[in-house]
Amino acid sequence: MSSADVGTAALVVGFGVALYAIGAGIYAGRTGRGEWAASARRAIYALLALLALAMALLEAAYVRSDFSFELVAQNSSTDTPAFYKLTAMWSSQAGSLLLWVFLLSLFSSAVLFLTRRRLRDIAPYATAVLGGVAAFFLFLMLFYASPFATLAAPPAEGSGLNPLLRHPAMMFHPPMLYTGYVGFTIPFAFAVGALLKRHTGPEWIRATRRFALVAWTFLGFGILLGALWSYSELGWGGYWAWDPVENASLMPWLTGTAFIHSIMVQEKRGMLRIWNASLIVATFMLALLGTFLVRSGILDSIHAFGESTLGKPFLAFIAFALVASVALVASRREDLRSDARIDALMSREVFFLLNNLVLILICVVIFWGTFFPLISEAITGTEESVGPPFFNKITTPLALALVALAAMGPLLTWRRNSLALLRRAFVFPLGAALVTCLALLAFTDAGEGGLALVMFSLTAFVGAVVAQEFFRGARARRTMTGEAPPVALSRLVGRNRRRYGGYIVHVGIAVLLLGVAGSSSFNDQKDVRLAPGESVTIKDFEVTYREPTVAIDQDASGTGAPLSFGAVLDVRDGDGNTFTMRPSRNYYPSQSAAMGPVGRFFEGEATSEVDLRWGLDRDLWLAIQPNLRQLEGPIRRADDLPEELHGEAIVAVARHYAENPPPAAFRAIVSPLVAWIWIGGAIVMGGALLALWPSPEARRRRVTSLYAARLGRELSRA
Amino acid sequence: MDPTRKRKIRLVVLLSVAVLLATALVYVSFDTGRSQLLPSEALEQRPSDAFELGGTVVVGSVEETGDELRFAIKDPNGPAQIPVEYSGSVPDPFREGREVLVDGTLEGGRFVGEPNTMTTKCPSKFKAAES
Amino acid sequence: MVLPAAVLALLVAALVLRPLVAPAEDLAPLDARADLEAAKEGKYREIRDAELDYRMGKLSEPDWRSLDRELRAQAIEILKELDVLDGR
Repeated sequence: MSSADVGTAALVVGFGVALYAIGAGIYAGRTGRGEWAASARRAIYALLALLALAMALLEAAYVRSDFSFELVAQNSSTDTPAFYKLTAMWSSQAGSLLLWVFLLSLFSSAVLFLTRRRLRDIAPYATAVLGGVAAFFLFLMLFYASPFATLAAPPAEGSGLNPLLRHPAMMFHPPMLYTGYVGFTIPFAFAVGALLKRHTGPEWIRATRRFALVAWTFLGFGILLGALWSYSELGWGGYWAWDPVENASLMPWLTGTAFIHSIMVQEKRGMLRIWNASLIVATFMLALLGTFLVRSGILDSIHAFGESTLGKPFLAFIAFALVASVALVASRREDLRSDARIDALMSREVFFLLNNLVLILICVVIFWGTFFPLISEAITGTEESVGPPFFNKITTPLALALVALAAMGPLLTWRRNSLALLRRAFVFPLGAALVTCLALLAFTDAGEGGLALVMFSLTAFVGAVVAQEFFRGARARRTMTGEAPPVALSRLVGRNRRRYGGYIVHVGIAVLLLGVAGSSSFNDQKDVRLAPGESVTIKDFEVTYREPTVAIDQDASGTGAPLSFGAVLDVRDGDGNTFTMRPSRNYYPSQSAAMGPVGRFFEGEATSEVDLRWGLDRDLWLAIQPNLRQLEGPIRRADDLPEELHGEAIVAVARHYAENPPPAAFRAIVSPLVAWIWIGGAIVMGGALLALWPSPEARRRRVTSLYAARLGRELSRA
Repeated sequence: MDPTRKRKIRLVVLLSVAVLLATALVYVSFDTGRSQLLPSEALEQRPSDAFELGGTVVVGSVEETGDELRFAIKDPNGPAQIPVEYSGSVPDPFREGREVLVDGTLEGGRFVGEPNTMTTKCPSKFKAAES
Repeated sequence: MVLPAAVLALLVAALVLRPLVAPAEDLAPLDARADLEAAKEGKYREIRDAELDYRMGKLSEPDWRSLDRELRAQAIEILKELDVLDGR
């Protein structure tokens, strides 16, 4: 009995338990019997324990480099650094499925535990839905891609982790994204329960609101990590390529953002109930689609569908879930219709609605563009694809509209707004925006960026609105309580975390888009071939290739690359400051025997180790592609040497490059304001954290009500 | 104006806006869209406009001459192949036997690539088979 | 694989079937109470938010007064329901 057997056993029992959760949950939902609801809930807890066991077993196999595990043999090796051994688990198909369903069981257990005394009607159905989704993933693992598949003849050495993935951001990226996808499954499950029970109130929203927000935060963070990885690790120097895989993660984030806003309308005014139900269904479907797209090959390869064996079952599951959900929402639409009407055009409800509309529009555009190859083939017969120009052209004005709405939203309140009061509130932010705009036109060449100038002004507008909200709020609190300004401010924020956290998120988004605008409208890129001594000028930087660098077994980036070729570049900026930059390229040995024992070190996978000099005003990004063609002669000669001389031969060949460096290809990019994308992202995370944080009062109240409940229970027994 | 009429007008306006936006979307996408063709399709259709050629890099066909890269690209599941001339950035995963996409035009029997338009589909860790 | 599966299945069954086998207290009134408490909290938040909006100058006084009256009436309804639950 090996640990792989135990792992498989855990998955098999887990599958059974998930199916039980479905049955027990439905039964409890229909009959209202609390003990069956408790049993279904415990089934989810049991699932969590089983999957934690499976994860632990798999990680242990990675750590001890047990190559009898097929996954470990394919994705790790004895010389993989420890950090990447642990995180390699989710870089494979089967391992990532295990992570997904583990996170699902974790979040499901959490929400069911937290709501075990509430939502008696709908929690059992929610349990059944969560069990159902878990069962699907377990089904995939048991019948299509098992994480515990073993090799009859374990190899002596593993294939190692794909070098492109050897970057911390890439290791945190999948868990972040999956937390996002899984997180949105929770409100979806409770929405389904509420619809089944014809519950029209916002109870399901209140119970799952935090989960939706956590999901939104993690998904956004995961997307940002992916962009950061792309920018600082890949050799093309951009952060967003409108790649199908990138788009697949952005779409549920967009509908999730819409959802977070529109649930507030339902909580406050009881409106948009059908819309909210539809929105969370759409978000869940897009989350599944996002998980599926990355692993199906449907949009990746030309004319290939179902290259991965998981494509078909995933599509079947999504189709089934979609049809069932739409049927459910449609059948309940009369129950969900609300009597409340929109009172005035200038009201928070209307702006939230507009915000939703714009977000959905952006999502539809991205969906259309991403699936365009399939759409165009269906319509015209030829497969056509659209690229960044299409996406940028259409999403840019929509993004501007979104920021404008986000800027004005905080100024409005529900139902009705006095226009006179609004006019007064507009003065300061509008003034700030105008001053910014004029200052930029007068003192910088920002005017040449077209829409970028609008974005900059809008960012100033948002910042001013939020600052004004903090100020007015603190002042209002002071008239009520007479506290000193700093105390009033901190108490204000502390007692209105949702509101002020949300405002900070708005600022973060505006700053992030400011960075996007700056780096797209004002950047410059040069691709050149330089010999040592030659230089290139980009913007006001003068970049000179001083000398080549060669590193053997001293990979500066810690990814375990045995060979690294690069360059030392002297850079002089417009103010006369000089500094050096050292981009390089890591070479990883190929496992293929066809390349020769020495040659395989030079002709395997190679990754660009970019050198990035970041600054608040702009980044200088440099990448090198050394030319190793002339080394072919020495390499072929070294291949013929006896094995014990191979090490020395590699050193000698590398030295040959260092002593006779041919011209190398360089790419230099200057991107203004890129750093603000990451800064804006951090601000968004901070604001979201604030909004999520439970206030101490709420905690105290919860504890008191627990005591009251216990008292009631004990009294009734006496 | 009574409320039902107001609501009907609002609905008509919304629908018209939706139709307008949808038309704009469809138009822009087909306008900026580039056909993706395999070598066999390219040879058969002989498009005069620029398009995106995709296929597998033929093993043993890669040559680097100065700034230019020459290789042959073939159907993933067929014999048809086209020689390609390309200059510009070459993505990291570029390898013989891997799939690439290049924008460019067909001139005579050769495909002349537009600079810096080459992309490879990273050998996805999630694909069933591996090269 | 059968042995570990059987062991795990037994452990799981012990956890999962317990509520069906052991006598469980009827916690229904407490559950309903928790839902009402959550509704009460939400209503209180709305009342406070409305006052803050008024003091910040987003709501005119007559608008605020009518809104406040409405919200307080709704809160009283919830409190009444809570009282019924507590048997008062």
